[in-house]
Amino acid sequence: MIRETFKHNPYRTEKIAHALLFSATVLVVLPVIFILWVIIQKGWSALSWEFLTAMPRNGMREGGIFPAIVGTVYLVVGTLIFSLPLGVFAAIYLTEYAKDNMLTRLVKLAIINLAGVPSVVYGLFGLGIFVMFLKFGSSILAGSLTLAIMVLPIIITTTREALDSVPQSFREVSLSLGVSKWQTIRYAVLPHALPGILTGVILAVSRAAGETAPILFTVAAFYLPHLPESIFDQAMALPYHLYVMSTQVPNVEVSVRYGTALVLLIMVLSMNILAMVVRARFRKRKKW
Amino acid sequence: MAIVEVQNLNLAYGDFPALKNVNVHMEKNTITALIGPSGCGKSTFLRALNRMNDLIEGVKTTGNILIDKEDILDAKTDLVSLRKKVGMVFQRPNPFPLTIMENILFAPKIHQTAQKAEYAVIVEECLRAVLLWDVLKDKLHKNALQLSLEQQQRLCIARLLAVKPEILLMDEPCSALDPIATERIEELMWMLKANYTIVIVTHNMQQAARVSEHTGFMLLGELIEFGRTKDIFTYPQDQRTNDYITGRFG
Ligand SMILES: Nc1ncnc2c1ncn2[C@@H]1O[C@H](COP(=O)(O)OP(=O)(O)OP(=O)(O)O)[C@@H](O)[C@H]1O
Ligand SMILES: [Mg+2]
Repeated sequence: MIRETFKHNPYRTEKIAHALLFSATVLVVLPVIFILWVIIQKGWSALSWEFLTAMPRNGMREGGIFPAIVGTVYLVVGTLIFSLPLGVFAAIYLTEYAKDNMLTRLVKLAIINLAGVPSVVYGLFGLGIFVMFLKFGSSILAGSLTLAIMVLPIIITTTREALDSVPQSFREVSLSLGVSKWQTIRYAVLPHALPGILTGVILAVSRAAGETAPILFTVAAFYLPHLPESIFDQAMALPYHLYVMSTQVPNVEVSVRYGTALVLLIMVLSMNILAMVVRARFRKRKKW
Repeated sequence: MAIVEVQNLNLAYGDFPALKNVNVHMEKNTITALIGPSGCGKSTFLRALNRMNDLIEGVKTTGNILIDKEDILDAKTDLVSLRKKVGMVFQRPNPFPLTIMENILFAPKIHQTAQKAEYAVIVEECLRAVLLWDVLKDKLHKNALQLSLEQQQRLCIARLLAVKPEILLMDEPCSALDPIATERIEELMWMLKANYTIVIVTHNMQQAARVSEHTGFMLLGELIEFGRTKDIFTYPQDQRTNDYITGRFG
């Protein structure tokens, strides 16, 4: 009897639900804040103009991380060059052109599942295909291609969602005005899907900049005292550099490690913020 | 001279016959109304005239639809030029979430029918034709979605006129509008009639009576009766037409 009233007292259950949901949210946010706090606190002191722009010295214990920053930027750009057009075109084909049959559904399912493949598997694949079979060697080209394949599912999936969210009526109106199918996609659909596609780009960039496993065998250099000169050169990259400094090099100062992590974090976050600003701009202009 | 001539038109969605042996013709610079209960195939018929039904998978169409003597159901028909000639106004006003100007220039820019220098003239012409110019001439860069529904529907008509069509298909163009806005759109249709041939689908029989010169009554995919609006509403030949317009069903 008492239990019954307890269960059915809406005020009480409301309070409990509220408390429960709130604490779950806090539990989620706390570790994030904690991580940020630790990284900033321990890494802040390492940040300096020299740290950002100088070559590593003394077995990477001193100097800066400039080549790793440059390498990561190269890799991110290379990844986008390969994955963005390919992913967006594939998504357009799948959403706008492909007939809804068994094969299409299978392809869509496969793409979604590709997103769940562990990144080290992509690394191994890149090693086999790009580094060895195609003989690109361990290079920016091989690394970018490997990362591109890894982020393709992200770009395709978000682009498809973005295209699906554009009202069907836009397509109908455009076609009814004598605009061809491709022009309709180009002028009546894509512009309105851009914010969504940008979300995919953000996610892809963050992932490409942050992953270690796919670049491990395909591009990353342990230590390279000069900048890469062509896409067939190896490059240093921030996540791998961080791994090396944390596990392979003895007696590295804590602040140097956390400083590297902080730089990586700032790079990824600032790209996200930039894309979010662009998205917000679009949002404001287009409402339906 | 008949600008639209439909002969033995049959259309099926899969195995569901939505239009059964429809025969009808429409004169240049007239307004034809199609009435009939929900689901009788009015929209389907309208969308057959600019082949918008092609977008739906599994649609089978047979018969002939001659527009300016050319059979548009022919496999070789160029859908782009057909749809430039036969334009459509939809039930819900559906401007793009762009500025008023961008909406009107949407098709001319893509079709490259106008030079940049002509844009302003086109916008003015089209807005004048739908009686929006005086109200909107200072707000051309406002987002079209901020307009009232009636203005949005007018803008959609203006956007269509920019393509320079000959035939305007209107599928219940006033059903999202209040009575006053409806009346004003009807007046607009009378004005447009001078330059265009209009086919309008409507649920509202008063509207059909007010606005059209010819009326067709459809039921379950068949065109039961077609004739001058006056005759249809005063001396319907078919019992079913009579029942419908006197409100006995539908
Ligand atoms: N895409 C489709 N697939 C299958 N059947 C359809 C499709 N579109 C319409 N139909 C069917 O065809 C018939 C005619 O539809 P249509 O939309 O032309 O009717 P309508 O006269 O315009 O009706 P309303 O007055 O409600 O707009 C209806 O029975 C409808 O269920
Ligand atoms: Mg309809």
